[in-house]
Amino acid sequence: MAEGRVVGIDLGTTNSLVAFMEGDKPVVVPGVDGSNLVPSVVALDPVTEPGQRATVTVGNSARKALIQTPERVIYSVKRLMGRGLSEIQSELKLFPFRLADDVEEGEVPRIQLGEMRFTPPEISAYVLRQLKRNAERFFGQPVTQAVITVPAYFNDAQRQATKDAGRMAGLDVLRLVNEPTAAALAYGLDRAKEGTIAVYDFGGGTFDISILKLRDGIFEVQSTGGDTHLGGDDIDNLLLAIALDEIYAEHGVDLREHAGAVQALRKAVIDIKIKLSTESAAAFDIELPNGDRYQREIPREVFELLIEPILERTAVPCRQALTDAGITAEQIDEVVLVGGSTRIPAVRKLVTDLFKLAARGKKPHTDLNPDEVVALGAAVQAGILSGASQATEEMLLLDVTPLSLGIEALGGTVARIIQRNSTIPASATEHFTTGVDGQTNVAIHVLQGERELAADCRSLARFDLKGIPPMSAGLPRIEVRFLIDADGILHVTAREQRSGKEAEIEVKPTYGLTDEQVEGMILDSFDNAETDFAKRLLIEARNEAETILAAVARAPQHPAWQQLDDEEQKAIAVCRGYLMGAKDGSDVEAIRNGIAALDQSTRRFAELMMESAVTTAIRGKTMDAAGNELNDGITAPHAFAPAEFKQ
Amino acid sequence: MLKVLNTAVPVACWSCSIGHTESTLFCPHCSKIQPPPGGDFFSVFGLKPRLNIDLTELEHEFHRLSRRLHPDRFARAQENEREWSLADTALLNDAYRTLRDPLRRTEYLLKLEGAEVGEETAGKNRTDPSRVPADLLEEVFELNMQLEEMRAERKALQAAGQRDVVPSEEFLQLEAQLQQAKQKFTVLLHDVDQSLRSQWTAWDEGDGAGRKAAQKAMVALLDRRRYLSNLVRDVTETLGA
Repeated sequence: MAEGRVVGIDLGTTNSLVAFMEGDKPVVVPGVDGSNLVPSVVALDPVTEPGQRATVTVGNSARKALIQTPERVIYSVKRLMGRGLSEIQSELKLFPFRLADDVEEGEVPRIQLGEMRFTPPEISAYVLRQLKRNAERFFGQPVTQAVITVPAYFNDAQRQATKDAGRMAGLDVLRLVNEPTAAALAYGLDRAKEGTIAVYDFGGGTFDISILKLRDGIFEVQSTGGDTHLGGDDIDNLLLAIALDEIYAEHGVDLREHAGAVQALRKAVIDIKIKLSTESAAAFDIELPNGDRYQREIPREVFELLIEPILERTAVPCRQALTDAGITAEQIDEVVLVGGSTRIPAVRKLVTDLFKLAARGKKPHTDLNPDEVVALGAAVQAGILSGASQATEEMLLLDVTPLSLGIEALGGTVARIIQRNSTIPASATEHFTTGVDGQTNVAIHVLQGERELAADCRSLARFDLKGIPPMSAGLPRIEVRFLIDADGILHVTAREQRSGKEAEIEVKPTYGLTDEQVEGMILDSFDNAETDFAKRLLIEARNEAETILAAVARAPQHPAWQQLDDEEQKAIAVCRGYLMGAKDGSDVEAIRNGIAALDQSTRRFAELMMESAVTTAIRGKTMDAAGNELNDGITAPHAFAPAEFKQ
Repeated sequence: MLKVLNTAVPVACWSCSIGHTESTLFCPHCSKIQPPPGGDFFSVFGLKPRLNIDLTELEHEFHRLSRRLHPDRFARAQENEREWSLADTALLNDAYRTLRDPLRRTEYLLKLEGAEVGEETAGKNRTDPSRVPADLLEEVFELNMQLEEMRAERKALQAAGQRDVVPSEEFLQLEAQLQQAKQKFTVLLHDVDQSLRSQWTAWDEGDGAGRKAAQKAMVALLDRRRYLSNLVRDVTETLGA
């Protein structure tokens, strides 16, 4: 097997990162633009000539397109991974993008993006491919193996969808690691730490809590809990709703009718939220279409009062995790904070109180950059798997399954066969028989969840045991073995014991793609070929150059262009001229430098463009396309969280 | 099913082809990983079936074996080794989960010995009235009445929607009675655990007849324990609602 590098990837709701072990230290691989974070945003470039195939862009450039061509951009796709049509209907109302109109129940939903359609794993695959390319450019050699992180509370289907995405991107996914556990690995790497730690992971869209015991390099998860729909987004939504209501009440303007305006107001909300982590107050100052200004100061105390109910929701899984681990708060030696939302002082206070840290002279552990720690931990796990780093030689992660596994029993109840918080891999063997003479198949319904009734749990799959030899009712004895692997994914095998015959199993995953479907969605198969590597780097660089040049060519038509001074416009023209020359040559490095320079020189323009979006949208000049689509903009997840956040 | 492997039949190692008769996770000759052996959970840790177990030693052995068996150690190995690493680690984890917990361990050993044991861990059979231990019949009857009353009171309070209302004298009295009952049954539960432990030793050290007697006693104690713990849980839930 190829002994190439194994990289660690944090495939986030808002941003994604790729990291690797450089000697004994995990390091994040920077992108072409020098930024460590790649926004998890995918856009289709506009087709300029008929018949031309649209190219896909990922990251910062895709995020810029959100203002100009919102119908060709998709973000926060992690929220849709591994979920069925009926499950995402309500969620989709919050996004500006739409499902393809021919999607049927039981299929993996496809999203309409411009003239094309994609499943959520395909969108994630584009993000993964971008990270793969960033790593390959950085190393100067192909990368084919990866560790990818997932929220600890992800269920079987969501995990499988993530693995599928990796395969489509040309990555052999050696392991899925839970995000809080990855953070623990990064935290416990270069210290001979012993003891019990809690990882409190409060990100953009999900909340996870994990309690681990560290001993002799073994990281043993004791319990885990969380909420896959609780994050910084909820705080943004709350503030946004308040601002929209106030604007309507005080100025008689209903911004809800303008999707673009809502998105831009959301950006202002996020800025205020971030500012309030360091300042005692922050203020809105926005020009409204009737000439009024919406000026509103929010003191930190008010902000904290507002978000208290949201923060309190994180306390419930924390208490449950302590109970499940069989310990008290005082027995937690250290609490590690992960995720951007843990920068909020009120969150830190809640954690301090919850784990009774102050009384013991302790503080939550905040040394690690909460945006990068998960990717760094994924790199540590990659080091463990490849055995390439001395630092990870003695380390081993023993994780658990976050949800109980059960099978539907008579009367619609659930018989639990593997309890939540069992160390994985874990297995269970169950025996089944027939109820009618001569019966040759038995149907089994597998579920995941903690509720007593099958209807309240999540359906994982239905198995049909076929080819049972005809016997009297109750005589066949079918042994079914359920195995949850180290990725947290379920495998099932069955055998009829009286006849010794292997029973045929037809696995119908309730949500998910078949092997053949995944095979058909693999992005450009040449991606795997090592020979084309240099050629591909050139093609990629040229494509990126084309994209940015096209955007710059359109720039003077935008009102924000007039706000640039002569010097700035001249600098852009110079960089543009240089890149136009370089892109037709075959010097990859020169093209890259040209892209970076042009990107740098247009940065202020991009900012101006974003700022002007509110007023532009209100006047209804450019944002109608998005506005018509969006029913309920106020709770839409955003794509505007900062790509780079300086502490 | 759970059956101790007949250790007289030699198995040839897939890698070095040398036969070995031990139920083992690694070949004693070439140290290569082997398919899951057919032994019981105790044999995974090199233990004879015993109820008194040194838990520190068990954890130590669990960590030592995890380091060698875990799929992380075989990420780039050939496919058969990867498969066995997965199966062996699942077996190790299942065994550790069962043996480190006193009740699961007891149930497991009793089943291994062919005894009929109810399922403690499945969370099924809540307080089944037909299984009330005879000596508790009267108290359980009264407790159930109090629980019913308490639930009704709470419902009425909730329906009234008056959260700040001062609870009535009767309500407080009922609450105190339930607290008292909870304490009493918790003590009884503790007594059962004590008795179980003494039966462990009786089983571990007994001869054939001694073990049979201990087995019978343990099955009865587990039944009683299950009943009591469900009762305590019901009271706790009702009080905390």
